Amino acid sequence: MSIVAVLIPVALLLGLLGLGAFFWASASGQFDDLDGAALRILIDDEPQRPDDRP
Amino acid sequence: MNAPATLAPAAELVGTDLIVDGLRCAGCIAKLEHGLLAQARVAEARVNFTTRRLRILHDASLDADALIADVAALGFEAHVLAQAAAPDRESRRLARALAVAAFAAMNVMLLSVSVWSGADGATRALFHWLSALIALPAIAYAGRPFFDSAWRALRQGRTNMDVPISIGITLTCAMSLYETAVQGPHAYFDGAVMLIAFLLGGRLLDSVMRERAQDGVAALLRKLPDDVRVLGGDGEVRSVPTAEVRPGMRVLVPAGDRIGVDGQVEAGISDVDRSIVTGESAPEPIAPGGTVLAGTINLTSPLTVRVTAAAADTVLADIARLMEAAGQSKSRYVRIADRASRLYAPAVHLLAALSCTGWLLAGAGWHAALLTAVAVLIITCPCALGLAVPVAQVVASGALMRRGVLVRDGAALEKLAAVDTVLLDKTGTVTLGQLIPVSGLPEDAAARRVLLALALGTRHPHARAIARALEAEGVVPALISELRELVGSGVEAIVEGRRAALGRVEWVAPGAAAAAATGPRTWFAFDPAAPACIAFSDAVRIDAAPAVARLRALGLDVQFVSGDAGAVVQSLATRLGVQGHAEMSPADKYDAVARAEAAGRRVLMVGDGVNDGPALKCASVGMAPSAASDVGRQAADIVFFGDWLMPVPVAIAAARRTMRVVRQNFALAIGYNLLAVPLAIAGQVTPLVAALAMSGSSILVVGNALRLRGAAR
Repeated sequence: MSIVAVLIPVALLLGLLGLGAFFWASASGQFDDLDGAALRILIDDEPQRPDDRP
Repeated sequence: MNAPATLAPAAELVGTDLIVDGLRCAGCIAKLEHGLLAQARVAEARVNFTTRRLRILHDASLDADALIADVAALGFEAHVLAQAAAPDRESRRLARALAVAAFAAMNVMLLSVSVWSGADGATRALFHWLSALIALPAIAYAGRPFFDSAWRALRQGRTNMDVPISIGITLTCAMSLYETAVQGPHAYFDGAVMLIAFLLGGRLLDSVMRERAQDGVAALLRKLPDDVRVLGGDGEVRSVPTAEVRPGMRVLVPAGDRIGVDGQVEAGISDVDRSIVTGESAPEPIAPGGTVLAGTINLTSPLTVRVTAAAADTVLADIARLMEAAGQSKSRYVRIADRASRLYAPAVHLLAALSCTGWLLAGAGWHAALLTAVAVLIITCPCALGLAVPVAQVVASGALMRRGVLVRDGAALEKLAAVDTVLLDKTGTVTLGQLIPVSGLPEDAAARRVLLALALGTRHPHARAIARALEAEGVVPALISELRELVGSGVEAIVEGRRAALGRVEWVAPGAAAAAATGPRTWFAFDPAAPACIAFSDAVRIDAAPAVARLRALGLDVQFVSGDAGAVVQSLATRLGVQGHAEMSPADKYDAVARAEAAGRRVLMVGDGVNDGPALKCASVGMAPSAASDVGRQAADIVFFGDWLMPVPVAIAAARRTMRVVRQNFALAIGYNLLAVPLAIAGQVTPLVAALAMSGSSILVVGNALRLRGAAR
C-alpha cells in the first residue's frame, strides 16, 4: 500500500499541471475563436508584410 | 501578431471592432483579412469567426464608416460594434470554475471508486480525508457563482435556482466532513463536486450563448449634433450647444447636416431624410411652414428653422424615454428554470425536512436521520433544471446561428415560443429599406457610364441608389468635366462637350411632361431630346410572401405597423394578405404593442428603425434585421442577417421545438426523481447510487437536447 503515498501525489500533481495549462490557455485567448482556428489551417499563408518577421 | 511595419512608428493606431455578416469559410477569412491589410492605413485585421467579429487596428485617420465601406468593397456587410468585449468575461470565469470542479470531481471520483470497491479502515479514512482536501477548496472556488447568486436572492427576500443548490451543497459538505471525522462509511464529496461541475456546465453554456450574441450598445441621443448654428436678431450666426437651444430661436441648417432641433421651416426648400424617425426611406420634400424633427438629415439645400422643441423635449428624446420605460417592464420576465424552482425548491426542502423528522420519530439517531436528509437533497438537486434548459437553448441557438439568426439570450427563445401575434414594420423589415431604381435607367452603355459618374458626384439618396445599382452591374464611370452640384436642384457636368444633368425635373428638363407615376423619382438628361425619368421603389424582401404565409401557418396573427403613407402600406398588406396599419408614429407603435400585451397576447415585434425602438422593447420579443439602425439592434432580442424574411418564422418554429425539448427534459427529471426519491427517503441511497443517478440523468437530458441540432428549419 505504501506505493499509494507516491502515486496519489503524482496523480494530483499531473492533474494540477493540466489545470494550470488550461488556466494559461484560457487567459491567453486560445479559446476565443474555436471555429475560426479550424478554418485557418486551410488558408495558405498568413498575411505578411515585408520586415514583418524578425 | 503582425507588427505594423508599413506605418511610421509615430502613427497613432486605434482599434475598431466590427460585426461582419457573410463569413462562411476559410476563403472568406483570408479574403477579408488580406484585403484589409492591402490598405496602407490598416495595420492589423483579425477575424473572430465564432463571434463574427472583426478587429481592425488602423491609422487614426480612418473612421468606422470608411472601414465599413472597405469591408463592403470586399463583399461583406459590417456594422459597428460600439463596445469592445471586456477582457474578463463571465464565460471565462465560469470556464475556469468548471475546470477546477471537473479536475476535483475526477480525482475525488478516483478515490471514491477505491472506497466503493471495498477499501475500509485506515485506507478509507485516508481517502476520505484526501477527498475532503481536494473537494472543499474546489467547491469554495467553483461554487462561488451559485453561492453569490443565492445570497443575493435571499437578501432581497426572493428565492431562485441557486438557493436549493447552495443549501444542498453546503449541507452535503458539512455532513461529509463530519462523516470523515468520525470515520463513517458515507462521504458525499464526489456527489457534491460532480453536481457543481454539471451545473457549471449548464451555466457556462448559458453565458457563452449570451456573449456570442452581444452587440454594441449605442446611445440614441448620440444621433443629435453637439451644437447648432443659431441665427441672431442682427443676422449674425453663433454656434450654440444643443442643450442650450430654446424654443423660438432661429437655427440655420446647412445641406447635408443632421438637424439638431424640432421646429418649423421659415425659409428654404429642401429634402429631408426622416428615416430615423419614420422609417421612410425616400427623402421627403419640405417647404416653409413644414415641420422638421431632430435627428433627421437636411439633404439638398440650407434651411432656416424656428425651434419649437430642443434637447430633452424633442421627439427623438421622447423615443429614448419610451424605450427606457419599456426596457424596465421587460426585465421583469422570469426564466422558466427560475419559475420551476419556485415550486421545486420549497417542495424539496420540505421533503428533506420531513424525511429527517420521520426517521427521528421512527427511532433512528440524529446522525442517520441527517444522512438521509442529505441523500434526499443530493438526489433531488435540480440537475435537469440547471443543465437541461441551457443545453437545449444553446444547441437550438447554435442551429439558428448557422441560419443567420443571433439570439441574445435564452429568455428570448422561451418568450419567442409563446408568441401569438407578430407585428411587422414595413420599411427595412418587410422591405429591404433601400431604394432601388425600378425603371428609367438608360439602355445605352455610354449613357449609363455618364449617369454613374454624375451619381457618384453627390450624396443624395437617389443618386446613391443609382450608383449602387450601376456599380453592381459593373458599369465604369465615364470621364466627365466641370462636375458641379447645385444645391436643391441636382448635379451637372460636361461630357464630350454636351451637358449631362441629374436631379429635379424643373431643373434637368424644364418643360418635360411631369410623369404621372407616384413615388420617389429623379430625372436624368444626357440626350436633351429625351430626358429620362428614373423611378425608385423600396424593394420587398424576395421571400416576404412565403415567410408571411409560414407565420400564419404557425397560427400567428400577422399585422403591419408602419409609419409610411396609407396607400403604400395597404397595397403591400393586400399583396401579402395581412392587416395593415399605416401612418403610425413611434408612440402609436408602442401603444399598439402595449395594448396587445395588456390584453394578454404575446407579441413579436419585428422592426428596424429608431421609430420601432420603443415597440421592440415593449413587445415580448423584439427582432431586428442586421441592417437596422443601431438603436433597433440594441432594442431587439434577436437579430437576423441577410436579405431574407424567412428567419422570422424559422426562429419561431425553432423556439417552439426548443421549449418542447425543455418540457421533455423536465418530465425526464421529474420521472427520475419519482424513482430515486423514495429510495433516498428509505435510506437506501449510498454515495455510489447518488453518483450513478446524477450522471445518468444528466447524460439523458443532454442527449435529448442534442436532438435540437437541426431545429432551425
